[in-house]
Amino acid sequence: MFIINAQISEKIELGHNIFLFKMFCPEIASSAEPGQFLNLRINETYFPLLRRPFSVCDISGDHFYILFSPFGEGTKQLAKKSVGDNIDTHGPLGKGFNYKGEYETAVIVAGGLGSAPFPFVTRKINNKKDIISFVGGRSQKDVITYGMENVSTSTDDGSEGFEGTVVDLLETKVDELKSKNVKVFGCGPTPMLKALQSFCSKNNFDCEISTECAMACGFGICQGCPIEQTEYKDQYLLVCSDGPVFNAKDVVL
Amino acid sequence: MSKVDMSVQVGPLKLRNPVMLASGCVGYGNEISEYTDLNTIGGIVTKSISLKPRKGNPPQRIVETTGGMLNAIGLTNVGVEEFVNSKIPFLKKFDVPVICNIAASTVKEYVECTQILTTEETIKAFEINVSCPNVREGGLQFGNNVKEVGKVTGKVRAVTEKPLIIKLSPNVSYISEFAKVVKKEGGDAVSAINTLMGTAFDINTRKPKIQNVNGGLSGPAIKPVAMAKVLEISRNVDIPVIGIGGIMSWKDVIEFMIVGSSAVQIGTLNFIDPSAPGRIVKELEDYCAQNGMTRISDLTASYVID
Repeated sequence: MFIINAQISEKIELGHNIFLFKMFCPEIASSAEPGQFLNLRINETYFPLLRRPFSVCDISGDHFYILFSPFGEGTKQLAKKSVGDNIDTHGPLGKGFNYKGEYETAVIVAGGLGSAPFPFVTRKINNKKDIISFVGGRSQKDVITYGMENVSTSTDDGSEGFEGTVVDLLETKVDELKSKNVKVFGCGPTPMLKALQSFCSKNNFDCEISTECAMACGFGICQGCPIEQTEYKDQYLLVCSDGPVFNAKDVVL
Repeated sequence: MSKVDMSVQVGPLKLRNPVMLASGCVGYGNEISEYTDLNTIGGIVTKSISLKPRKGNPPQRIVETTGGMLNAIGLTNVGVEEFVNSKIPFLKKFDVPVICNIAASTVKEYVECTQILTTEETIKAFEINVSCPNVREGGLQFGNNVKEVGKVTGKVRAVTEKPLIIKLSPNVSYISEFAKVVKKEGGDAVSAINTLMGTAFDINTRKPKIQNVNGGLSGPAIKPVAMAKVLEISRNVDIPVIGIGGIMSWKDVIEFMIVGSSAVQIGTLNFIDPSAPGRIVKELEDYCAQNGMTRISDLTASYVID
């Protein structure tokens, strides 16, 4: 884990209010794993005060990428930063996806900004396993397929791809998925992850999900990001250090 | 060797420097030890320990507010037994005074907890948390009642000879009344302040932003309040004060010492920059050296008020 400056080398606007920042930082680029996150101190003042967590979106050479949409104060300020600016970065943090395993086909399921960790997952898995990706959003502008392979899309309003949720779309492919030895990797809003959890449980698919929760520190000391366990109810796990990626059967959303 | 004597005395507790790590903001030391060398800081105050493990509050526990953050963790901790078995062995490896923070729902529980832990050699002092705003029982029900704070202090005093610090709540009108009763009942020092009670609401859903509704406010937003409380105690009661509340830099430490703190604790800053405490110690030493000071402890209560 590092607390280190990462320099913005490129700002890419992927679509409507969706940014991809390419950041130079060899230390993090060489040590991050898919599904881990970085905690960025947006500026040195106290507004915002706390760091903001971002998935490691991708790694290329000495650079890492983050994907975000300016929504809160932190991301709004981040979007205004310029190429050449340094961002104080803490990471890589947390436990990522266990993408190695015995399965044959990776089924990637993303909702909205939940696409963020999957370019890196895709890069790591590519050529070793088959990949099928399902990407959903409320409407066409929210569907982010950057860096993903073999993509089917869905939108709530039908403006792109299948009309319905991304898990509804998965339901239509269930026979095909059952004929393969699959592992499901999911990231997105909690209602989507809940639906995915129940879909995978019903069909007996091994599934890992990347969860989110407001957190202060990102490395286990504040105890601010509890998540309920399925089995052991006396104690919460922490999203930041026990996760953010969990096996879907281990946690209650 | 440094020319500046950085050591401070908090009642009977001697620290190599005034920079301590605050309870609830360092866990049990293991995570933060990767960023700050625990052998360089003044002391570490553990996460509150209770007799039995506590699961804590459901999410959402944290929300950022302007210049601060609200938390309602709910005293999540592993309980005395697990603390002794798995946390103390880690802390033992360092040459740093470990101050054990204790939380409880009843006076009896405070006493039992202290009795068990007082035999642990690694624990150099106790800090009694009578001021957590985030639990139904045992937090502010003690913290804003002078009699109860006196009772807890006296009963715990009776079962330990180790330095006894009482962590006070700012959610009271006259904090010095509490410091007075702590002194009267045999407490060695007070920590001031715990978090301020606060809340925040979502304007769309009209629901509280944290599940517990109220939380404890910490961070730079509370520094002026904390300093006023430290000053009030310093001017009215002859008891050592450990200043806590929104310290973000070495300058804040100096300010807290000027208004009467013998030592300080760093809390929220650890979440943002866990390497800061070690750096602050060095910066304080530089400040003292540059200002021709021989002892940092000379700063304590050095305020000039005309």
